[in-house]
Parts: sequence; C-alpha cells; structure tokens
Amino acid sequence: MEVFDIFLLEAILNGLLLGGLLALLSLGLNLIFGVIDVVWICYAELIMCGMYAVYYLHVQYHWPLLAAMAAAVVIVAVLGVILHQFVIRPVLGAEPINQLLVTGGVLFFLQAAATLAFGIEFRNLGVTLPSIRLGEMSFSAARLVAFCVALAGMLGMYLFLSRSYLGTAIRAISQDRAIMPLMGVSPARIFVLASALGGALAGLGACLLVLQYDVHPAIGLSFGPITFLICVMGGLGSMAGGFIAAFVFAQFISVGGFLFHLEWGYVLAFAFFIAMMFWRPQGILGRR
Amino acid sequence: MQMLSLTKVCAGYSGFQALFEVSVEVEAGEAVAVIGPNGAGKTTLLRVISKLIGATSGEIRMEGASLARVPAHEVVSRGIAHVPENRRLFPRLTVEENLRMGAFPRAARKRYGERLEFVYGLFPRLEERRGQPAGTLSGGEQQMCAIGRALMSGPKLLLLDEPSAGLAPVVVQAIFDLVRRICAQGYTVLIVEQNIRQVLKVVGRAYLLEAGRIRLAGNSREFLDSQEIRKTYLGL
Amino acid sequence: MIGNYPLHLMILVLLWGYIYTSWSLMGRLGLVSFGHGAFMGIGAYTVVMLWNHFGWSPWAGALAALAFAAAVAILIGYPCFRFRIVGHYFALVTLALSEVARLVIVALRDQTGGSLGATPNSALHGGATAAPGALQFSDKQVWFWIVLAFWLAGLWVWRAVDRSMARLALQAISEEEEAAASIGIHVARAKLRITLISALMTCAGGVLYAQYQLYVNPDTVSGIGISLQMVFGAIAGGMFVMLGPTVGAAFTLLLAEGLRLAFGNRYPALDSTLYGAMLVLFIIYMPKGILGAALEALRARTARPIAPRKSSGMPSA
Ligand SMILES: Nc1ncnc2c1ncn2[C@@H]1O[C@H](COP(=O)(O)OP(=O)(O)O)[C@@H](O)[C@H]1O
Ligand SMILES: [Mg+2]
Repeated sequence: MEVFDIFLLEAILNGLLLGGLLALLSLGLNLIFGVIDVVWICYAELIMCGMYAVYYLHVQYHWPLLAAMAAAVVIVAVLGVILHQFVIRPVLGAEPINQLLVTGGVLFFLQAAATLAFGIEFRNLGVTLPSIRLGEMSFSAARLVAFCVALAGMLGMYLFLSRSYLGTAIRAISQDRAIMPLMGVSPARIFVLASALGGALAGLGACLLVLQYDVHPAIGLSFGPITFLICVMGGLGSMAGGFIAAFVFAQFISVGGFLFHLEWGYVLAFAFFIAMMFWRPQGILGRR
Repeated sequence: MQMLSLTKVCAGYSGFQALFEVSVEVEAGEAVAVIGPNGAGKTTLLRVISKLIGATSGEIRMEGASLARVPAHEVVSRGIAHVPENRRLFPRLTVEENLRMGAFPRAARKRYGERLEFVYGLFPRLEERRGQPAGTLSGGEQQMCAIGRALMSGPKLLLLDEPSAGLAPVVVQAIFDLVRRICAQGYTVLIVEQNIRQVLKVVGRAYLLEAGRIRLAGNSREFLDSQEIRKTYLGL
Repeated sequence: MIGNYPLHLMILVLLWGYIYTSWSLMGRLGLVSFGHGAFMGIGAYTVVMLWNHFGWSPWAGALAALAFAAAVAILIGYPCFRFRIVGHYFALVTLALSEVARLVIVALRDQTGGSLGATPNSALHGGATAAPGALQFSDKQVWFWIVLAFWLAGLWVWRAVDRSMARLALQAISEEEEAAASIGIHVARAKLRITLISALMTCAGGVLYAQYQLYVNPDTVSGIGISLQMVFGAIAGGMFVMLGPTVGAAFTLLLAEGLRLAFGNRYPALDSTLYGAMLVLFIIYMPKGILGAALEALRARTARPIAPRKSSGMPSA
C-alpha cells in the first residue's frame, strides 16, 4: 500500500474513534432536547466543569484517577440538575428562543467563573497513555479507550431507554408531554432525571476528553459548536440521528484535516452542515 | 358503594370557566355516560377528575377519599384510568411499549405480565401488532391500544372520552361491544360520548351536560324517552 | 476637551452600541442570529488583508467587505427563509456560520496570522496623526465623530425600518407566520432584506473596529464568542427599543471598567462572571432588558394618575 493510502486509512480510523466520542457528547444533549425541549447551549461548559473536577481531584487532591472520574460524573450530574431547577424551570413556559438564550447566559457565566476560579492556564492531567501501533499506523490509546467507553456508555443508555420503565417514559414524554400524568408519570421528575442523566453523560464525556486534551476555561468553545451541529444534523432529539451524524462529522474533520489542515476539516464539516440544513432542514432522522 | 362523586365542581381554563357546579356520582360496578354537545365541557369534566386541570371549587372523592391533595400523577394509583380524547397514544413507541407505559405506577409494574396477558386476551389484534409503532395502527386498533393501556394500571374506574369518535361505523360497533364487555368484567366506567343512541344502550345511567352545567340526570330508559333528548340529540 | 480614556470608552460604547443595534434589527423580529460574528469578521479581516497584502485602501477594502458580507448573508439567509428555518434552527445554522468564519481565518494563518491576529501596516509616517486614505487616525476625536455618525445612522435605519411597511409585515411574520403568508406578504424576501441590512451594518462595524483598534484577532471579531456577545449585549439593554442595544453596550462596558477600577486586575474575569449571572437573571425575569423594563415601569407610573383603573387592571409584565 502506498504511504498516502496508509495515512488516509489511519485518518479514517481515527475519524471513527473520534466519531464514537462525538456521538457520546451529542447523546446527552439530544436526550435533554428530546425530553425537555430545550437546547443546553452550555453543554460543553458542563463538560469543562467535569474536566476540571477530574483534574483537581486527581492532580491536587491525589485521588485515584478512576475515583476522580466517578466523582466528576456525579458532580456534573448534580450540575445538570441545578441547571434545570434554577435556570430552565423558570423559563419552561417562556418563548423557545429565551430558553435557548438563557443557557447561553450560563455558558458565559461558567466560562467566566472558571477563569476566575482556575485561571486561564491550560491544565494537563499528566497521564499519558501509550500509542498503539498497527502495522505502519499508530493510534493513541486514549482515543481507543474513549471510543470503547463511549460505545459502552451509549449501549448502556440504549438499554436503559429501551428496557426500563423510566427509560420508556423518557421516550414517551417527548411524544406527548400533556398526558404523562395519566400514566402516573410526573413530568417534573422525568425532567430532573433527564437533566441528571444528561449531566452524567457530559461528565463521562469530560472524563474521556481530559485524557486527551488540556483543560482551560474556553475549551467548551472548541467542541461545543460541533456537538450542537451534530445534534441538529441528526435531527434534534433523535438519538439515532445524532449517532449517525457524529460519525459523518468525525470523518469530515479527520479526513478533511488529513487532506488539507485541521481547521479545514472543521470548515468542511460546518459547510457540509449548512448545506445539509438546506437539503434536509429537519435533520437526518428528525421530524419537525 | 360509591366509587366516584363530584360535588358542585367548578373548573376552567385561564380566565374561562368551563364547568359550573357540576355534581356527578358513579356507583361501583356501574356504567355511566355523560352526553352533550360539542364544547359542553365533557372533556373538561374528565380532565378535572384525573386532575389534569384543577377544580376551582367543589369536591371530588374517589371511594370516599378526597382527591384535593392528590397530585395528578398519583390519581392513577387511586384506581382511576383515563383514556383521553383522540386516544393520545405515543405514536413512535411500539404497541407493547405503550402498554408498558400504562403499567408505570410501581404497584402496577409487579403485575405487568399478568395484565399484559389479560389485555392481549381482550384484544388479540394488539398481540399480533405488539412490535409495531402505535402510530401505524388503524383507528380502531389505536382505540383498543388506548383502552388496553388504561387497563394496564389495573383501575377500578375507567374514564373513556369519546372512544367511538372518528371511527368507521363497523368499528364503532366493535368499540361499543368492547365497552360492554369491559363493563361486564366488573370495571366501573364513566364514558363521554357524542354517539348518544349507542352509548345509551351500553350504560345504565346518564348525565346531560350543556354549557358546563348538568341539565338532566337519569337512567338511560328515561333519557331515551325524554322529549328534549329525542328532539335535540336523536333527531326524532 | 475630555481625556483620552473617557473618550475611548465613549467610542467603544458607540461602536458596540451601533453593532448591537445592527444585530437587534433582526433579533427583535424573532430572527435570532448567532452568526453575526461572521459579518464582523468579514468586515475586519477583508480590509486589513487587502490593505496589508494588496495595498488596497480600506475605503476600497470596505466596499469589497460589504459585497462579500452581502453575498454571505444572501447565501445563508435565502435558503433559511425559503425553507422556513426558524427559531432554534436558525440560531444554530448561523452559529455554524460564525464558526466557519473564525476557522477560515485561523486556517489561512499564512495570510491572516492565524489565532495570533494581525495588525494593519501603519500609514502614519513621520509623526502624521491622520491618514484618511488608509482610514488611520491617531487622534481619538476623529474616531469619536466617525463612530458617532455610524451610531446615529444605525438609529436612523432602525427608525426607517420601523416606519416602512416592512416592519408591520415583519411583525406579523414574527407573530403569526402562516397568517402573514396568507395575506400575501412575501415572507422570505422581507426577512432577507432585513438580514441584508443587518449584516452590512455589522460588517461596517467590523471595518471600524479593525481600523480603530488597528488590530484584529479571530476570537475578538468572529466566532461564537463575539456572536454571543452581540446577542447578549442587545438582550441586556433591551432589543425591542431603539436605544436598548446601546444601553446594553454601555452597561457591559461600564460594568467591566467599573470592576477593573475597583479591583484592579486581581480578578480578571469577575466582570464576565457577574455579567453572565446577570444575563441569566435578565432572560428569566426581565426579558425586555434594562431599557425595555425601565420604559415599561415609567409608562406604568405616568399612566397611573391619569387612568388609575386601567393601569392597575393591566398586567404589569
Ligand atoms: N385548553 C383549553 N384552553 C381554553 N379553553 C378550553 C381548552 N379546552 C377546552 N376549552 C373550552 O372549554 C369548553 C369545554 O371544552 P371541552 O371540555 O373540550 O368540551 P367537550 O369535550 O364537551 O366538547 C369549550 O368552550 C372549549 O372551547
Ligand atoms: Mg371533548
């Protein structure tokens, strides 16, 4: 095989690994949107909080890495609930655009508060996982781990949503919110549950990201937009659509980045998104 | 024994009163109809019983216990299952998942298997289509699924809101047969209908609701004989 | 004659006030764009790049930038309005646009300097304080008058839009899309016209910003960061009243400067933290913004003595 082809293949496989991670990130956002009908614009900032949690617990307080990660998942889940109770709940009856904007305000707040609390330094977990060689190609073990954990997380979520009573209620509430009480379901409680789950998924994403990237207050901006766009392209609220879109986007980024340059990969992905919106405004699997 | 009683219940929607001092009683084991023209407040009456909307005054009692402090999502655990107007299935959940939603209350989950069997026994068609999204069912099948979903909670009292609406005449017949069978099973039923002639054959008693007020109450024989009902609602 | 520092603040308030006003032209009609950073970035980078690499005067560069921004606005706006991409979806599509702009600037780092930013080559040789051909002035007074003129022009456009039929039509659109369409208003075209005006004004704001600061950076003139800044500045002040966006600009700037004076640089992000918290509270409790809420309170107060019954019977929110 020619060298070019080998690297292209490596880029495609790396794109696949990235796709898994992006799919996990978009899953939480889609879950929230599907259930509560709001977009958490500050989703990536919750992830940032989770990354800081892992960093501080592990590096400053010397917790074992896995314990720090478990704690981060719980912390971000709690943040999700707080976000819902104090920010989303008061605007549930307001115009949809206000619901979008209010979480944008939270984005601003979290970013600034992180700068205030942690400074603008890039912080590194200091954990380096080896890279894995496969013939002439090499892959970072951190990515492979992230991919596997993301898939496991999504599988777990899938089983929960399809098998359990609460999971079924979560899917049902997006289809007809008004009659949920007739089923004995309290929508308010399902909202809290979904917010906690969405937060926990953000926390899990944080654990996987902090293995690969430095954390700093603005890190949310580097993968927040891509996460929304994946959700929109998949069809807001459609978890399966988001899953597909994540892998499509990841290929654009990875292969586009390989053929041209990293930013061009992103530019291609975003341009593709805009074109897709005109072709299928409701998203790949969306309904409107 | 008294199953359900409403005493001088008033209710409405922000700034609009839809029910005026409505009193209704349903005995255990009985089937009772509420009839009346469009917009009379029949759906509102059922909504206020299952607490989807609050009563502004008056009292609602289920088996003697007031529902005043019971939150909406706990009404079903008191034994009241409401089949809403237009069926309101979850269209993208499968038939069986819709039925599972009916068994959401903790006490109902324990008896899920046995009730599922019972519902499938009552509606073999649903079992054939258990894995199909509910939105793809025919109108009659959807109504069966909606009733089945309500039965999954193991209710004592079944509230049915226009189960025959929008169905083909043959199917309407099937639905009324079904309601009769359900009554025969010992369920207490409060049914709202526009299809007055048919429903009066199924129930023992009825109320006439007009513009949010009870105008007439009596057994179905009296209703069928009433000049007013015959002229206005049966076109005789 | 006032000092340089207050003058600088006034210039910034007027400049951002003008930009927020441009954004609000769309925002108040329900077209919430998260993509105006793209237009500002186009304005700022086109003039600087044409000047630095091709020696184009910023006057010519500005024309090129406006043409470019118009093309982008139509390219995005037309399909959006044609296919009725509204609300969340419009916001998120335009968000993608502002990221595209930022990433393209970064990706063209050989020309643009990437995320380090770029400085226009100076035209102020040998102690000159003004180079009108290069749109460079070291005297802040000149900038004050330029920016004031643009700000006034922005308010004039606001009024003109208010007065034209287009506004009535657009209000009908934002309230009841179907109804407006059925009474024969060409929805897509009306929206597109407003988008074009708003985008061109924002682009001009980008040109002014670049020439005033004599420095451009992808993060401060494009991307979601700046797009959100516009959205929130306008919301904080009140995007439904003419001076609201300007009040928002003044508010955010004074908050930042006031805290800086009070605490020095000890807490670098304190102002944004407070600002973020306030934004959340504003959107929840005061969605009409500072000026919007103040005017409403004032109206309620002045109305009371004249018609006490009526005003007490009116909902206050
Ligand atoms: N969600 C609602 N908001 C406001 N008014 C309503 C609502 N639902 C019903 N109404 C009004 O309440 C009255 C009774 O409605 P409803 O109970 O649905 O009548 P019925 O079921 O007898 O046709 C009608 O005048 C109707 O317009
Ligand atoms: Mg009705």
